[in-house]
Amino acid sequence: MDFYLTALLQGLCFSAIALGIYISMKIFNIPDITTDGSYTLGGVVTAVLLTNHQPTYVILPAVILAGGTAGAVTGIIHTKLKINALLAGILVMTALYSVNLTILGRSNLPLINLPSLFTIVNVVSDPNKNTFWILSIFVIVITLMIGYLLKTDFGIAMRATGNSESMIRALGVNTDRMKITGLALANALTALSGYLVAQFQGFADISMGIGIVIVGLGSVIIAETLINWFKLTSVWLSLVLVLAGAVIFQLVLAFTLSVGVDPKLLKIVTAGFVLVIVSLPRLSLLRSS
Amino acid sequence: MITITDVHKIFNKGKANQVNAVNGVTLEIQSGEFLVIVGSNGSGKTTMLNLIAGSVSPDNGTISIDGNDVTNMPDYRRSQWIARVFQNPLSGTAPDLSILDNFRLASIRTKRKGLSVGVNDAFKKQVQEKVAVLGMGLQDKIEQPMGTLSGGQRQALTLLMSVMDSCKVLLLDEPTAALDPRSADVVMRTADTLIRDFNLTAVFITHNLKDAFNYGTRIIQMGEGLIINDLSGAGKASLKQSDLFDWFA
Repeated sequence: MDFYLTALLQGLCFSAIALGIYISMKIFNIPDITTDGSYTLGGVVTAVLLTNHQPTYVILPAVILAGGTAGAVTGIIHTKLKINALLAGILVMTALYSVNLTILGRSNLPLINLPSLFTIVNVVSDPNKNTFWILSIFVIVITLMIGYLLKTDFGIAMRATGNSESMIRALGVNTDRMKITGLALANALTALSGYLVAQFQGFADISMGIGIVIVGLGSVIIAETLINWFKLTSVWLSLVLVLAGAVIFQLVLAFTLSVGVDPKLLKIVTAGFVLVIVSLPRLSLLRSS
Repeated sequence: MITITDVHKIFNKGKANQVNAVNGVTLEIQSGEFLVIVGSNGSGKTTMLNLIAGSVSPDNGTISIDGNDVTNMPDYRRSQWIARVFQNPLSGTAPDLSILDNFRLASIRTKRKGLSVGVNDAFKKQVQEKVAVLGMGLQDKIEQPMGTLSGGQRQALTLLMSVMDSCKVLLLDEPTAALDPRSADVVMRTADTLIRDFNLTAVFITHNLKDAFNYGTRIIQMGEGLIINDLSGAGKASLKQSDLFDWFA
């Protein structure tokens, strides 16, 4: 059972990344893979500041700023230099590896016996349950903020930018600036996942972000499948399903390991699982037509 | 209202596929004028409209709107005067957003899109009243995504959206080209009513000579990037439909 609890906690840690990918991929329609780099950046900044005994109210804004900057750079390369978004993301992700290594100073930094987000407040005595409550509150607050943002005039303009660019330009929105802001927001969220995971697992590692984009993509795709299935249009329900997607994704991986699949094969199982989720709706469509 | 002075626009300059879209056009559009532009494919009509809207910037010459030099101003800033209806019904609205959200954006076209929630019950009621005027029964569907509507409905709504915020210039780029005759008629009538009621300066591109004959206070024909015919006032009024056909003979 602990096994699944850990998976649930991990899912909650990854919900910020899922929200980030939801914003870049679904709202802005931009395939952004700066993710691998900005996630690690979030973890690395957290680890270095924690070991320098900085308080949470310094670390949290620093992580958001770092992730946001990474996303903004991708956005500027994409919009101002007219480089394909995928390539822009790859360039920034590659460059971030060096940035991360420089910040961290070595390839791995343990955070044993340092106070973390999960130890500063004790809601309940059991550490796992305590982590669960803190993570839940954290994720709920982020979701409420993003949900509110998407309902505002600015948020509607954001959604329209990815949906009908000609229209929103005619309605007075600088789409370049909007995309840069959107990618900054998406990567700030991604960095928040790095912040949570580094504290949750008790170390930051230069390679912690390799292939992490699939976690976000998988979560969003699970959510999208459900959204299309139930024909949902509500922003709030969509966000909740994205969170659910992040948790389901981790539970499936935990299940895979618990039935005795070789951990070496975990990545191929992950890829296969995402493939199944993506292709299921298409397969059922084929049959009915 | 709109002054275009010796404007040139060449696409793919120096390449094999060079297109001289606009070759030194000078045009003065008066306030309240409803200008119809006709011309064969490739005559430079749409480029002219894009030059006014700011989606394309000229190689030479100047453009001013309401006394302001806008030659180098991007389209999203010219939106403070200009509303547009595109040839493709999909371009003028956001399909995944609700009708209500589309109208909200249109209602703040000239304003800042800030961090407050603007869609409230009062706004909802206002949109319902505006949409009801069309007589399409859309007032009960304003929470639906725009994408669920037909092309004709979307074009009609795009027109209504253009006057949700202060608007001086309305650009219509073959708004009925993708529509069936009945929807096309509704859209054109709506446009004509709005242009009169709000005293808009309008530029209307069409291939439909019947519409060109029926609507507008001035008509110009473009050919090879130049204005080759220009009739306004009495000249436009006394123009016969057969004369228009002769222009294209």
